[in-house]
Amino acid sequence: MNPFLFNILLAIAWMMLVGEITAGTFAAGMVVAYLILWFSRSAWGESRYFSKIPLVIMFVLYFFKELIIANLKVAFDIVTPKDYMEPGVIAVPLDVETDIEITLFANFVTLTPGTLSIDVSPDRKTLYVHALYVKDADRFRNELKNGLEKRLIEVMR
Amino acid sequence: MIEILSGIFLLLGTLFILLSAIGILKMPDLYTRMSATTKASTLGIGLVLIGTSVYWQDFGIASRALAIIVFLFLTAPVAAHIIGRAAYFGKVPLWEKTKIDEFGKRPDDVGD
Repeated sequence: MNPFLFNILLAIAWMMLVGEITAGTFAAGMVVAYLILWFSRSAWGESRYFSKIPLVIMFVLYFFKELIIANLKVAFDIVTPKDYMEPGVIAVPLDVETDIEITLFANFVTLTPGTLSIDVSPDRKTLYVHALYVKDADRFRNELKNGLEKRLIEVMR
Repeated sequence: MIEILSGIFLLLGTLFILLSAIGILKMPDLYTRMSATTKASTLGIGLVLIGTSVYWQDFGIASRALAIIVFLFLTAPVAAHIIGRAAYFGKVPLWEKTKIDEFGKRPDDVGD
């Protein structure tokens, strides 16, 4: 059986044992059942279900950390009268390939304050990004590729 | 205690929204304005919604707040991207202190 299906069944069992049919107990059951399945993961053989969920959670946490740091940076620039900005439009070569990966990557780049994705080249190999803080174009490229893009590829493949 | 916690979230959220409003006035060109405002206001609205659901501690309200945050995070960058792209192809000038423009000297000049 598919581990995800089993996870849902266990969550329903949890809901019945607790005796409350609410979305809250279902969510708690999903978490508990996932932990139980995770401890018995060797019995399931090769399944992406166990390796992907922690990666997704790590990705979300990483993303929110970046979101808050970058927001504070831009906020500091807005409240202080002096401009620290060094904006530029940077061509970032893409390792992500499919439509959904490129869309997600461009969306996450735009959501991080200080960066705004402008266009993808027709051959889908380059993403053009407008950024507020470009000290050095190559360093900026590396940070984006080794941070967000690497993690996104880990999650998606 | 709950009031204080949700008050902190609400204050932080409105602070970010205020900052993004000041950002619209202060930033030098369209692209930097888009950068400063869309994201700060997304985070701001997210914090306000979290503050609300912390205060009410009701599952229905929390799930709706979560849904609003998810859809906001899905749609806001698309709008920002389209505005930025339209502005670039519409030849809205970049700020004169912009250091590099690798898009302007891209090899195939399509889309202009």
